[in-house]
Amino acid sequence: MAQFRVCPDSGFYFDKSAESLMKVNAVAGAVSLLIAGVLALGVILTRWQEVHLLPADLFYQVLTGHGINALIFWIIFFEIAILYFASSTLLRTRLAAPRWAWLGFILMVVGAVMNNVAVFQGNSSVMMTSYAPMQAEPHFYLGLILFAVGALIATFVFFGTLVIAKDDQTYQGSVPLVTFGALTAAIIAVFTIACGAIILVPTFLWSIGYINHIDAEMYRIIWWGLGHSSQQINVAAHVSVWYLLAGILFGARPMSEKVSRSAFLLYIFFLQLACAHHILVDPGISAEWKVFNTSYAMYLAVLASLIHGLTVPGAVEVAQREKGLTKGLFEWLRKAPWGNPVFSGFFFSLVIFGFIGGITGVVMGTEQINLIIHNTIYVPAHFHATVAVGTTLAFMALTYLLIPVLFRRALFLPWMAKWQPYVFSAGMTIMILFLLGAGTLGVSRRHWDMEFTGAALSFEYPGTAYMMMAVGAIGGVLGVLGGAMYLIVTVGSLVFGKKLEASAGLLQSFGVPLSSGVYNVAQPEQLPMAPKLAVEQHGSGGFEAPGTFVLAMALLVCFVVYYFINWDYLASVWPIS
Amino acid sequence: MPQEDNVPKPERIPFFQRMLDNPFLLLFIGVAMPTVFYILWGIMEIATIPVAE
Repeated sequence: MAQFRVCPDSGFYFDKSAESLMKVNAVAGAVSLLIAGVLALGVILTRWQEVHLLPADLFYQVLTGHGINALIFWIIFFEIAILYFASSTLLRTRLAAPRWAWLGFILMVVGAVMNNVAVFQGNSSVMMTSYAPMQAEPHFYLGLILFAVGALIATFVFFGTLVIAKDDQTYQGSVPLVTFGALTAAIIAVFTIACGAIILVPTFLWSIGYINHIDAEMYRIIWWGLGHSSQQINVAAHVSVWYLLAGILFGARPMSEKVSRSAFLLYIFFLQLACAHHILVDPGISAEWKVFNTSYAMYLAVLASLIHGLTVPGAVEVAQREKGLTKGLFEWLRKAPWGNPVFSGFFFSLVIFGFIGGITGVVMGTEQINLIIHNTIYVPAHFHATVAVGTTLAFMALTYLLIPVLFRRALFLPWMAKWQPYVFSAGMTIMILFLLGAGTLGVSRRHWDMEFTGAALSFEYPGTAYMMMAVGAIGGVLGVLGGAMYLIVTVGSLVFGKKLEASAGLLQSFGVPLSSGVYNVAQPEQLPMAPKLAVEQHGSGGFEAPGTFVLAMALLVCFVVYYFINWDYLASVWPIS
Repeated sequence: MPQEDNVPKPERIPFFQRMLDNPFLLLFIGVAMPTVFYILWGIMEIATIPVAE
């Protein structure tokens, strides 16, 4: 029975079940992003001390909802869509156990709704971390548990789909690199969700009175196995998206498949150990544990990111040079399709993730200089560079590609889509840079009032800190505007966008399959193995991608200078004689 | 000459590639590594903290 359709524009094969599941997961992710974005405005306009919009109770409530919707629900819903795309579509195979996949999706939706209800009821303002002994309502934890179980089911549907593809021999050789990257994300997801189950199930039982004590330190260690590793799923997923977009936009091939796969393997081995940087100032944990898990192990994961940061733009450069854009170091980049939001979103995601997120991540993972900025507003600035720009912007770029290919709709307001990555990146970069500065001056994260009004033990920040928080907030508002532009374009496309397929109606935008006649392929042709790259010289001075090499050296210089500035700063705030 | 000599031998897949092609082996490694070095080692450290009197 025919159950595949082939996209006439991209040539991708879509399994009927997988297609619907990709759509509903992506739409659920967008709804979560909408909630997170609206709540972000409340956070930003309260931390801007001159505005100080919300009262304390409401601020912590809004911050809790913003964190969970942005860092858990938005990204994991979207990542499940990516897992189904990377397995079923890229391997040209049917999805394993679609009924289980639907069950997983329903559990995720029920869990997300339940958790949001708990937060909006007002008695669960415990932040995303929900550190014990702070206690939320039972349905706060139950919602997270249901969501995690649903995501785990979806992850195993992904593994099952890999098995089916191998058994049916739908591809030759190894799985494509993008699928391998998605596999890396799925492996990290299993560890992440297991940590969530290990800590949230007893915490739920504690909230309903079956357990009388949760050890605060035990909670912190295991919870960060969920909290930080969930962000590592993002890294593996958005790096895979970078490879995918580079391939689709430019026909770019990885400079070395072996090197790129080895870099993903380093993620599998070491990336999750970076959870430990949240525990760096906790008493009772040995320096050996801290140093091994952050410095030694984490640097091997950082090495992997550096490899991807070199090979992704390098692959684009090689592909562009093959097309004749060989003048100087950067003609390939100057003449890239900057008006295409798929490219601009992809490239800004890559640069901001590497230059800001990567460098600040290493600073935070170094036990000594971490002391300067631990639990300051520097930390949210870092993860907004990695997650809000690195991951979210990569996913936004992918959405612009998928709307015509998966949803069979033309982009709504294409001029807005063209400018959206610029507005979002500019706003978020301003916010991130100024919050990094404020954090270096010691401004606390998660704090309602940096003036400490009425506090018994107050502290007076310098005027510069207030200025940086204000400018950062202006950037944040601009970032929210960029996020709103994304949602206007995507929702507008699904509802009002020109139909590229006659049966792509409103219901089809939200998961109902297209008309049955569209699915006219019983089994796609086997995915051939990509031909080996011929050794060619495109660059100069012996480099295949000299422009990328210069960019990589610029990153290295920025990193070294910033790293040692932090050591110098540590010496000045903690003089040793 | 025996006929089987004319049949080309399948190309031997290197060990590293076979490892990368095995998603469940990678899943095991990817879960075992942080479980041992981050979770179990961390819990052992907490468990050995003396209880306050």
